[in-house]
Amino acid sequence: MPIIEIKDLYHVYSAGTPFEKVALDHVNLSIEAGEFVGVIGHTGSGKSTLIQQFNGLLKPTSGEILVDGKNIWDDKKNLRALRFNVGLVFQYPEYQLFEETVYKDIAFGPKNMGLSEEEIDQRVRDAAGFVGISEELMEKSPFELSGGQKRRVAIAGVIAMDPKVLILDEPTAGLDPKGRDRILGRIKEYHQTKKNTILLVSHSMEDVAKYATKVLVMNKAKIFTYGTVDEVFSKSDTISHMGLSIPQISKVFHALSEKGYPVNRNVYTVEGAKQELLKRLSKGHVR
Amino acid sequence: MLKDITIGQYFPGSSFIHRLDPRVKIILTIAYIVMLFVVSNAIGFLVGIALLIVSYVVAKIPAKMMLKGIKPIIPIVIFTGILNLFFVSGTPIFEWGFLKITYEGLRLAVIMAIRILALIAGASLLTYTTSPIELTDAIESLLKPLKVLRFPVHELAMMMTIALRFIPTLIEETDKIMSAQKARGADFESGNLLQRAKALVPILIPLFISAFRRADDLAMAMECRCYHGGEGRTRMKQLHLGAIDLYGSLVMALCIAGVICINLFVPAFF
Repeated sequence: MPIIEIKDLYHVYSAGTPFEKVALDHVNLSIEAGEFVGVIGHTGSGKSTLIQQFNGLLKPTSGEILVDGKNIWDDKKNLRALRFNVGLVFQYPEYQLFEETVYKDIAFGPKNMGLSEEEIDQRVRDAAGFVGISEELMEKSPFELSGGQKRRVAIAGVIAMDPKVLILDEPTAGLDPKGRDRILGRIKEYHQTKKNTILLVSHSMEDVAKYATKVLVMNKAKIFTYGTVDEVFSKSDTISHMGLSIPQISKVFHALSEKGYPVNRNVYTVEGAKQELLKRLSKGHVR
Repeated sequence: MLKDITIGQYFPGSSFIHRLDPRVKIILTIAYIVMLFVVSNAIGFLVGIALLIVSYVVAKIPAKMMLKGIKPIIPIVIFTGILNLFFVSGTPIFEWGFLKITYEGLRLAVIMAIRILALIAGASLLTYTTSPIELTDAIESLLKPLKVLRFPVHELAMMMTIALRFIPTLIEETDKIMSAQKARGADFESGNLLQRAKALVPILIPLFISAFRRADDLAMAMECRCYHGGEGRTRMKQLHLGAIDLYGSLVMALCIAGVICINLFVPAFF
């Protein structure tokens, strides 16, 4: 059974004013548990609206959202419990930090769940461990930390709720390459340990190709395609037409194949490229 | 819920009212308010209300927006209505125990209610049809004579521009922070007064921090572009009076003259 299912979802902002805008245009989607989904699309393609539907922060104009087979808008009282199950990390989440210490800030979510002191302590330490926040930072004020550290503390604040589905909206925006790899690496590790479902919104095809198992491409308030990384990137021509770039390394391999070299076109990561080249070299196809 | 705030909400358009010079619009709005208080006759009120409705129709502002602007002041209208109804002395028309409604009280209550509602609707029309930037430009221009008294007109206008500019930004920011804390299970809707006040802490602290950061960034950006106050500063958009401003003023003058004549020559039947 899919963990998230949406049926004919329609969302319009500022209905009845000159600023009216359709953000989701009759969208259907179902996501299986355990997937690592990369969500890509232009600014304004409806990504942020879509992910805020999953935990009931936005109410659809029409259509249904089923989480674990239950319509989330059936009983409004369950919305809060739903938000603990579907954890959402917003863009620039460091701007939501407010507590005196890093520890207290990470504990905000678990505390709202009404857990016992020991349980909270355990979860805070686990979450901090997952994102690589060391013990001596725990008693510092979150405002003393560096940008990347703040970001990781904010992500830990959501991870500490131990959600079944973790949604991250561009968690690497504005970070340097090192900070980016660090956060994404931690998230991947977290995914492998917990075996939960992760949705990662990103502008970077490289990141999506490297970390995701499935890719969801949004375009103009509709879902353009949803499938495995191979399936989606095989449509690279249409994706380029939408103005979204495919990974650089794929471009190199496409160019090679067009020049007549017998290489596999379905290469999306540098690691995959290395394997492919070594295979070709050992076979002696390429001199 | 925060999106319902309509203060300073601008409805872009190109109607006759939109194209009026903002200075003229401010003066006409003040004139309209004065007119509402000059009126003392039911027929005069009809003129005032008709002018208001015609203006909204000409400006193509939906009636829904007019009602939305009026909604928050309904309690004030009811409160003044009750005060007027029971505490004005005159010929009694209804008596029950210590409660006494007089003819004069009833009349005043109805008149004041109409005045307040028309006043707010008229003032809202100004903000619906004038962008905040135009509005502050106009205020700066209108207050210029005060410069003689060393009143910092430009600084005041700049402060107003910045404040108005940042209202939507801060509302959006508040919305975002609220959503982020809700996603972590924050609860703003239940509990007693103290618990609700406490629940605001996770919103207010990030909001203050971001407001200070924005102020800092803005000051830096303005300095980088060599901003040094109003001295010798020219404008990209100069305000010009045109024919439509004359027509607009004529319509208003006619209405005021009409209302005064009605006051003087038409017998008040209410």
